[in-house]
Amino acid sequence: MISEPALDRLSAMFQGPDVSGTRYTLISVLGRGGMGVVYLAHDSVLDREVALKIVERPEDQANEARILARLEHPGIVPVHDVGELPDGRLFYAMKRVRGDRLDRWMAERRDLPECLGVFLRVCDAVAFAHAHGVIHRDLKPENVMVGEFGEVLVLDWGIAHEMQNADCQTPMAGTSHYMAPEQARGDATIDQRADVYALGAVLESIADVMPVLAIARKARSADVDGRYSSVQALAADVQRYLAGRAVEAQRETVFDRVARFGRRHRLPILLVLTYLVARVLLLWLVR
Amino acid sequence: MPAFPATRHSMVEAMRSPRSEQRRSAFDTLVTAYWKPVFKYVRLKWHAAPEDAADLTQGFFLRALEKDFFAGFDASRARFRTYLRTCLDGFVANARKADTRLKRGGGITLIPIDFEEAERELAFQACNLGHDFDAYFRREWLRSLFAGAADRLRTACDARGRAARYAIFEQYDLAADERDRPTYAELARRLGLSSTEVTNELAAARREFRRLVLEALREQCTTEEEFEAESRALTG
Repeated sequence: MISEPALDRLSAMFQGPDVSGTRYTLISVLGRGGMGVVYLAHDSVLDREVALKIVERPEDQANEARILARLEHPGIVPVHDVGELPDGRLFYAMKRVRGDRLDRWMAERRDLPECLGVFLRVCDAVAFAHAHGVIHRDLKPENVMVGEFGEVLVLDWGIAHEMQNADCQTPMAGTSHYMAPEQARGDATIDQRADVYALGAVLESIADVMPVLAIARKARSADVDGRYSSVQALAADVQRYLAGRAVEAQRETVFDRVARFGRRHRLPILLVLTYLVARVLLLWLVR
Repeated sequence: MPAFPATRHSMVEAMRSPRSEQRRSAFDTLVTAYWKPVFKYVRLKWHAAPEDAADLTQGFFLRALEKDFFAGFDASRARFRTYLRTCLDGFVANARKADTRLKRGGGITLIPIDFEEAERELAFQACNLGHDFDAYFRREWLRSLFAGAADRLRTACDARGRAARYAIFEQYDLAADERDRPTYAELARRLGLSSTEVTNELAAARREFRRLVLEALREQCTTEEEFEAESRALTG
C-alpha cells in the first residue's frame, strides 16, 4: 500500500527536480520542450544565473551535451556543466541567454536588412555545425535567441544528429512546418539540406519581398537536389540580395533588372535626375 | 514529439482490437489500474457499504466489458480518467434505480480483486477526505499508478538480481511515515553497503521507477496529446 506521506513523496519526485545535491538553485521555468524542461537557475559557486536543462532520457542529454561541447561558436550556446540528479534524471547547465526569441523579436517591426542580418548569423552558426558534422534538425524562430547586445544564438540541439551516424530514423522529430519532407518521412539519409529547408521556412517568415521569397522557396524545395547545396550557398544568395545584386534563385526580367538597378544606385540616379531637372528649369528660365 | 518511451500500446486502443485475447488482456490491465480508485470512489461518493461497493465495482467492469463502454472513448473530448468516472457515475445511478443485485453483476467475479485491502487503505485515509471527488478520484488513480509501477520495479529488480536496489527504494521512498524513514547511513548498515552505493542504487531505482510510471501512463492514454497532457500534469 502507498501511504499518504509516500504518495506525496512520490508525487514530489515528479513535480519538480530535486537539485539539493548540486550547486544550483531553481528560480523559474524558462521553457518546456519535447526533450525536457529548461529552468532558470542560480549557480552558487560562480554566483551567476544559468539555464539548467533537465531531461528524462539520459541518451538525449548525452547527445545534446556532447554535441554542444564540440561546437564552440559565438552563435551556439555553450554548456558549462553536466550531472545527474538524485532522482536519476540528468541535467546540464548552459549559458543564460537574455533577449528575445527570433519570432518575438521580429514581431517588433524590424526593418528587412536588420532581420536578414540576424538570419545570416543564424546561417553562420548552422554552417559551422555542418562543418563539424552536425545537423540541427529543429531549426525554427523559437529556437533562435537574439540577445540584448545583438548577439544571435541557436538553441535546442536536443535532436541534433551527427552526420556520420547512419542511424537517424526519428520520423516525427522536429517541427512540422519547418521540417524537410525527407525528415518527416524518417529517411535514413538526411543531410545538411534538411537544415537548409528549415532555414528557408525561417526566411519565409522574415520577408515577403519577391527576391527573398524566391530564395526561401528554393531553400524549401521538396526535391532535395532542387535546394541550395549548403547553408553557405543560401547565405551567399541572401548577401547578394542585400548588396543589390541578382540572386541565384530568381531569373530576372528586364523590368526586375531595371528596378534592382534603380534600388542599388538610388542616390546617384537621384542626383543625376535633380541635375537634369535643374538644367531644364534653368534653360527654360533663361529663354 | 514522443517525449517518453512508447514501448507498450495504449490499452484503450487495444480494447478496440479485433482479436478477443488482445481485448481481454487490455481490459485486465485497465481493471488492475482502476479497480481501487473505482471501489473507493463508489464507497465515498455514493456512500455504498463495502459489500455493495465491491458488487458495484465488479458489475461496472463486467458491464463495461459486455457493452464495450471504453471502445467509444473519444480522446479529443475528455481525458480517459474523466470518461471512465462519468461512465461509473451513470452506471451506479442506474444500478441504484434498478436496485437489483443481478443487474449490477452481483455475485459474478470478473477478476480476483482484493476489496479487503482497499477497505484497509480507506480506513487509513478516512481522516484526510474532502468533498472534491474529482480530485479524490485522481489521487486514488495516481496511488494505483505508483503502486503498479512499484510492483513492476520490484519484479524487474528481482529478475536482475538487484533486490537491494528495490529494498533501498522501498525503505526510503515508500516508507509509510516520515519517522520510519532511515538515513542513508542506516540503510547502508542494514544492507551491508557503502553510503555511496546506497545513493547510487537509490538514484537508479528512482530513474527506473519514473520510467515505469511514464510507461504505465502511456499505456493508459489513447493519443500522444493525451499522454503529453497527463505527463505534464504529473510532472508539474
